[in-house]
Amino acid sequence: MIEFSVNGKPARFDDDPTTPLLWVLRDALGLTGTKYGCGIARCGACTVHLNGAPIRSCVTQVSRVQGGSITTIEGLSSDLSHPVQKAWLALQAPQCGYCHAGQMMTASALLSTIPNPTDTDIDDAMSGNLCRCGTYHRIRAAVHRASELARKAGNQ
Amino acid sequence: MSVFIMTLILRLLPVTPIQSDSFTSFQAFQRAATVLRHPRCINCHVPGDAPQFGSAGEAHAMRVKRGLDGGGTPVMRCNTCHQETNAEVLHGPPGSKEWRLPSPRVRMAWVGLNDQQLCRTIIDPKTNGGMSRDTITHHMETDPRVLWAWNPGPGRESPPMSQREFVALIRTWIEKGAACAP
Repeated sequence: MIEFSVNGKPARFDDDPTTPLLWVLRDALGLTGTKYGCGIARCGACTVHLNGAPIRSCVTQVSRVQGGSITTIEGLSSDLSHPVQKAWLALQAPQCGYCHAGQMMTASALLSTIPNPTDTDIDDAMSGNLCRCGTYHRIRAAVHRASELARKAGNQ
Repeated sequence: MSVFIMTLILRLLPVTPIQSDSFTSFQAFQRAATVLRHPRCINCHVPGDAPQFGSAGEAHAMRVKRGLDGGGTPVMRCNTCHQETNAEVLHGPPGSKEWRLPSPRVRMAWVGLNDQQLCRTIIDPKTNGGMSRDTITHHMETDPRVLWAWNPGPGRESPPMSQREFVALIRTWIEKGAACAP
C-alpha cells in the first residue's frame, strides 16, 4: 500500500508499485488535468509537484511518492486565485492548451524557488516543457506577470 | 669451462620474463580507458555545464545544466526526469541512485583528454573529488552510476568489456603503481 497526499488530501494506491504516477492520478484518482504527452519525460506535459519540486509523472513510479505530497494543476487553487492562474488568464498564454498544465506547474515551482526570475532563470526552468503551438513568448511574459502579481499580493 | 658451468646454471634457473610494473600498470589503465571514454561514462564527465546524451557527444536537450551542486538548476533538477531506475521504455530517461553530474567545483572532466591526462586526472585527489587509490577502486566496483553502464536500459549500448574485466584492469593499474606513463 502506497500512501501519499494529493492536493492536501490523503490518497492510497494498492496495486503495482511500478505504475507511473500519471496513471494513478488520472485513472485511479480522476484528476485528469495532468496530461499525457510523450510518455518518456521529454515534453513536460505531465509535470506535477512532489513535495514542491516538479517531476514528470509519466516516468515516476508511484512507489517514489510514498509518504510524499503531490500537487497537480487542480491543486494550484480552486478559485483561480493563484498568481500563475491569474497571469495565464490575463495574457491568454495558451493556444491549444494541452501542454499548459505542465507549463503552469513548472512556472509555479519556479516562482516558489525564485520569486523574481530573470529571463535566464525562466529559460533554465521552463526549457523541459515543450509547446507545439509555440507560445513560449507568452509563457515567459506570463511568468513575469505572475511574479509581479505574487509580489503585489505579498505587499498588501 | 667456467662459461659452460655458468650457462648450465642459467639454464637451470626458473625463467622469469622481464616486466616493468609501470608498463603493466599503464597498459591496464589504457585498456580500462576504453570504458572510461565510452558514452555511458563520459557523458557526465564533461568540462562544460551541460551533460551529453546519446552516443555522439551531443549536448543534453532541454537546456539541462550542471547547476551549483551537479544536480541541475533549482527548478530543473536531474531527478525531475531521472529516477533511481531506468525507464523501461525506448528513449525514456535512464536512471540510478544519485543520478547527477560532478559538482562544478570538481568537474572530473575527461572529454578530450589523452591517456596520460585522463590517468592523471583520475589519480589526482585534486581532480578526482578527493578519492584515494582505494576509493577509486571501490568507486569503480560499487558506485551505482558506474554499475549502471552495464545496465543502461533499452536502446543503449554498454561499454566494450564486462564490469568484472574493467574492475580487474583498474585493480591492476592501481596495484602496480597507478602509473600514468610508460
